[in-house]
Amino acid sequence: MSNGQPQDGIVGRGNREGADLFRQWFSELNRTAEQGGPSAYVFVMGSMCEILRTFDLPVVFPEINSLQMAVRRVAHEYLNQAEDYGYSPDICGYVKADVAVQLRGGEHPMGRIPKPSIAVLTNACNTYIKWAEIWERMYHIPVFTLDIPGTRAAGKQTWKGDPDFENDRRYVQAQISELITLCERVTGTRFDIDRLREAMRYANEMSRGWKKVLEFNKSRPSLFNALTDGTIYLGVANSFRGAPEGGRYFTNLVDEMAFKAARNIGTLTEEKYRLTFIGVPCYPIFRRFNELFTEWGGTFVHSTYLWFASGGTNLGFEYDLARPLESLAEGVLISVRDAMDSMFYQDRAILEMVDAFHLDGVVYHPIKSCRTTSTGMADNRRSVMAARDIPSLFIESDMMDRRVVGEAQMKNRIDAFFEGLASRKQQEATAQGAGEFQGREERTNGLHRRS
Amino acid sequence: MNVRTFEAWRGKPLEEVLYECRELLEDMTFPTVRRWREAGGKVIGHFQVYFPEEIVHAAGILPFKVCGAPIETIHADSRFGSYLCSILKTSLELALSKRVEFDMFVTHPICDAARNLGAVWGRNFPYPCQILYLPQNANSPAAVTYLRNEYARLQRSIESIAGRPVKEDDLRRSLAVYNRNRTLLRQLYALKRTTPWLVSADEAYVLVALGGLMPPEEHNELLEAVLPEFAARPNKKQDKIRVVFEGGFCEQPPLDLIRAIARFCYVVDDDLLIGLRWILKDVPLEGDPLFNLALAYLENSSYSPVQHDLRKPKEKMLMERIRNSQADAAILTAAKMCEPGLEEQVAYLHALDKAGIPYFISEFEEKMTSFDHLEIQLETFVENILFN
Repeated sequence: MSNGQPQDGIVGRGNREGADLFRQWFSELNRTAEQGGPSAYVFVMGSMCEILRTFDLPVVFPEINSLQMAVRRVAHEYLNQAEDYGYSPDICGYVKADVAVQLRGGEHPMGRIPKPSIAVLTNACNTYIKWAEIWERMYHIPVFTLDIPGTRAAGKQTWKGDPDFENDRRYVQAQISELITLCERVTGTRFDIDRLREAMRYANEMSRGWKKVLEFNKSRPSLFNALTDGTIYLGVANSFRGAPEGGRYFTNLVDEMAFKAARNIGTLTEEKYRLTFIGVPCYPIFRRFNELFTEWGGTFVHSTYLWFASGGTNLGFEYDLARPLESLAEGVLISVRDAMDSMFYQDRAILEMVDAFHLDGVVYHPIKSCRTTSTGMADNRRSVMAARDIPSLFIESDMMDRRVVGEAQMKNRIDAFFEGLASRKQQEATAQGAGEFQGREERTNGLHRRS
Repeated sequence: MNVRTFEAWRGKPLEEVLYECRELLEDMTFPTVRRWREAGGKVIGHFQVYFPEEIVHAAGILPFKVCGAPIETIHADSRFGSYLCSILKTSLELALSKRVEFDMFVTHPICDAARNLGAVWGRNFPYPCQILYLPQNANSPAAVTYLRNEYARLQRSIESIAGRPVKEDDLRRSLAVYNRNRTLLRQLYALKRTTPWLVSADEAYVLVALGGLMPPEEHNELLEAVLPEFAARPNKKQDKIRVVFEGGFCEQPPLDLIRAIARFCYVVDDDLLIGLRWILKDVPLEGDPLFNLALAYLENSSYSPVQHDLRKPKEKMLMERIRNSQADAAILTAAKMCEPGLEEQVAYLHALDKAGIPYFISEFEEKMTSFDHLEIQLETFVENILFN
């Protein structure tokens, strides 16, 4: 740890427990696949785990499966297979990697992925819909699209009591009821509202914790790296949503952050530059990508990824367990809407973040695979730069396909970015020094005049 | 507002009418919109694919279909990254370069790229820009009421631009005008299906596309004039194969590409500008007009890769289109970088393989100018079918 602080069991616990939980979750999926049990395919933005856990349906996140292939550097094998099957090089790499997993009967570098019994998706990403249509064709399973209307225009979110919000909420709630009926049919299990309340209670604990954890990183030095540590936390936030382990994990994580904050224990990086990361990580060179920043003393104190890829859990929305279905509809609507906002209208949030998180720079990472997160990024950047004098970096690559990841070129751009940041700090320091000198001079002159 | 925006075709023989129509469609200064604005009219731009133009029309505003253009993206390039379809960039370019000026802009969450457009547009223009959330769960019984109320929300926004309320009778009048328009477009497509030698794919396309940039009453007059003229053409049937063209639901292929295909094939059905032909039957005028319009969107409508409806698996719908038009083959295209289009191609080609129907696959971009290579490939494809 930095600052010469001694290691303590609590420091780094989130990463250790997160990795353990993640392995445990994958082992269970593997077991389900081996036994031929049912499973639900879901996505990170609006997984509806609260409902699915009520029916004891193991959840499979194909997005997470795919990114694991990139991190383990085997994604290209799967991408090639899907492209041979007919998919274009210009579509989402997550989709293609999953198609290849399905064509291989669930074979995945971390084990076997069970076949789906049902797929539940939201419209937070349109590719979710096209992706689920592929499973529908492959397995003839029920596909349920939970349609969640998003923000209609910048800054125009509606809230409880507004007729437009109520129209959206009624629509979402009606669909949740339809989903419950479908789950009853698929599993042959009767819906138990008390089990739903239980799952919602664990989700509340997680939401509370997630919000606090993110806020803790306003600390200087930052307590966790939003890109690397944050991705571990995200894994738990998604795969254990609505489960007791998930709630407990985030309560513990809050304790860890409080412990580190109280003792000024930062990340492994000696923090010179505080950055925020906009977009999806570069998984094909995940570790190296981060090093390109940390080697310069840059650390990611925040990321929009931790917002949208948690399905808006960052808001800390807590369900009202006294009216579970209505509250679930409200929570899903508000949270998933926020996840979409953090992709489309992120400029406002970034501007708020600059001071709150003491940012030195903004790193935009548009990727070939994902139009949802990438299409508006250049324009967002223009907007942020017009509103605020904050350095930014715009590097394009991919989260799956190493063919579009040019590490050398990327390094050149990142190095130039940090050289600019260093020069800026130096100028600021010089200006500050000159200001102090001038102040001293003026004070001295005043004294002389008075004398 | 009673403004004539396109008069050049009147009183002319069919071939000259078609020439004037093509000239108008390719005129990137959009004279119909300019004339409308010069007369004091307001304009609302709406992005692909489907938009309930009736609500805008009922407010006395000109709806303009924003569907890209074959233009250079001088201003828009700096607003977007590299990996993107062309239509998004050129659509924004149309507005940034002031080729068309709007009082409001509406986009839809049809795809991951287009759903960003509302935010991008909103940061670049002072007028209201919003997303109309057409339902993506067409199978929920709650979708129609939701959509009816979403239309009511949109109507309130439009009323604030118009500066006056839209009454139910205004909406009914607009529904009637658009019902007539849809009937005429169906007649045009029936002509393509039954006697494709009387109206070529590019001629039909031009006529349909003009509907996106002029008042529907004028478009109706134009169609009413040309349809009988087509029927009376002395053209003879040629030895061409009958094909369905699929892949033109959003970004539009260059007109010359459609013309190149028409040289070798009879395009007996297609999904070009399907949003203008989305609703398949008349929308009832009795009762709540917004509800009727919402119901028609969900229940009496065509298909596209950007609408998910469990009742309409796209490959099944394509097979139906091929069957209904008695096509011999399919041309499967997708705009470059168009994710939904490219993904759907895979489902289409596997279904066509299974059914033993020949198909030709390609990608296009609206700014393409060279078609030599494609023509050679297409000619070979056609000859294989004709001589095997």
